[in-house]
Amino acid sequence: MPTHLQTLLDAGRFVVTAEISPPKGSDCTAFLATANDLRGTIDAINVTDNQGANMRISPLAPAALLVREGIEPILQLTCRDRNRLALQSELLAAAALGISNILALSGDYISFGDHPGAKPVFDLDSVQLLEALATLNGGHDLGGATLSGVPAFFAGAAAAPEAEPFELTMNKLSRKATAGARFFQTQAVFSPERFARFAEAVRPLGVKVIAGVLLLKSAGMARYVTANIPGLKVPPELIAELEGSPDQLRQGVAIARRQIAALRPLCDGIHLMAMGKEELLPEMLAGLDR
Amino acid sequence: MIVSKQKPFAEILAALGEAGRIFLVGCAKCATVCKAGGEEQIWQMQELLAAAGKEVTGSIVIDEACHLLRVQRDLRGKGEPVRHAEALLVLACGAGVQSVSAAVEQRTVAGLDTLFLGNIRRFGHFEQRCSLCGECLLNETAGICPVTVCPKGMLNGPCGGMDEGKCEVNAEAECVWSQIYSRLKARGEFAPLIRTTPAKDFSKMRKPGSLKLER
Repeated sequence: MPTHLQTLLDAGRFVVTAEISPPKGSDCTAFLATANDLRGTIDAINVTDNQGANMRISPLAPAALLVREGIEPILQLTCRDRNRLALQSELLAAAALGISNILALSGDYISFGDHPGAKPVFDLDSVQLLEALATLNGGHDLGGATLSGVPAFFAGAAAAPEAEPFELTMNKLSRKATAGARFFQTQAVFSPERFARFAEAVRPLGVKVIAGVLLLKSAGMARYVTANIPGLKVPPELIAELEGSPDQLRQGVAIARRQIAALRPLCDGIHLMAMGKEELLPEMLAGLDR
Repeated sequence: MIVSKQKPFAEILAALGEAGRIFLVGCAKCATVCKAGGEEQIWQMQELLAAAGKEVTGSIVIDEACHLLRVQRDLRGKGEPVRHAEALLVLACGAGVQSVSAAVEQRTVAGLDTLFLGNIRRFGHFEQRCSLCGECLLNETAGICPVTVCPKGMLNGPCGGMDEGKCEVNAEAECVWSQIYSRLKARGEFAPLIRTTPAKDFSKMRKPGSLKLER
């Protein structure tokens, strides 16, 4: 059975996804409260996987709790922390718990996170993980054995639309499409012009594109993510705009609304990253033609 | 060659512990080139140990400390200075240390940290280019190894952290996939850029220590 996200995308509906970071600890109360508040606003919620290589609860548990609440999750799964056995068994566990949207990621490198001495795994890369998803969907594991109970994963991948050289980025994305990615959720977009070039270039791949929008909470936060988060670069003019505002958070919401409006005609959906300010998501989306 | 560097002297002293009589072993090959365990470093170590109140019973710089039988023979040839020692301090790579520990009864102390299989840029400047993975992919990757040079060992193009052709992990370094891509493109070789490289067979890396290659 197709997932809700898949049904919407296939029907050409404009989707809205948002990511919520699971807790560092076993108490998912606040996580679920945030998710519940977004019910009706968001089509599916991404549950991040040790985001930025910072150790948190496995996304499998909060994603399963979302399913229990009737909210559709997109399970993010990175190759950084698991070998191919662990990745496949995690995926089968996800299927058993009613989780079918998977975002296949290689994962930020271990040195960025809170356990820099850990051993990185990267047994598979993101393209090979997408192939593993397709193999499981085909009723087999990577060793060739037959599965009892065949999952129906809706596989997605990440895309960095502003990364240069563009041709190299496109080459990677076409490999992801070939390996079975059905949707891309992109890194935060700051330049609609560059995004337009990207959207044009990926169209032949036949993959749905959900454009990333990051809520800039302050000029300081914008500078921090630019310096510390791989693939994220907030343009100086946006930082200056935040800096010049008496209420930087409000200004951040205004910038996000502007980005969403500019991206709306260029993509199949929006992926919101509010970094702990999820209560502002309805405001960011107000008036959006879905 | 195998690149190694000396452990801090305080660590070496701590590892030697109560042992008062020390026999020193160096290696005339890689450890000498790395200036970590050649004649010169053996002499320096001898002085440091003497200053720390240890008695150095003797020393030897073996031609290839990784050679098990040669190490056994050379140490036996040294006779009393080896037998009289309470510990042997080895300034050679991990393979050399184990040749020595296999050849003697006494405690064998490693004085170096073994880093990687290295290429030599110039004297004292080494670069890691090969990870000894057991299944060489260089024919597909323009002679540049992504298994080694990419921190994530990505086999199908750059990760999402690549930007301006630079590596996510080290902004000074060029992304290995950017290098591979430019080279293949310049040669008009597109096939490897389109084909998906399957999951690597890590059984070829054959990690367990029982590994032997005979020919």
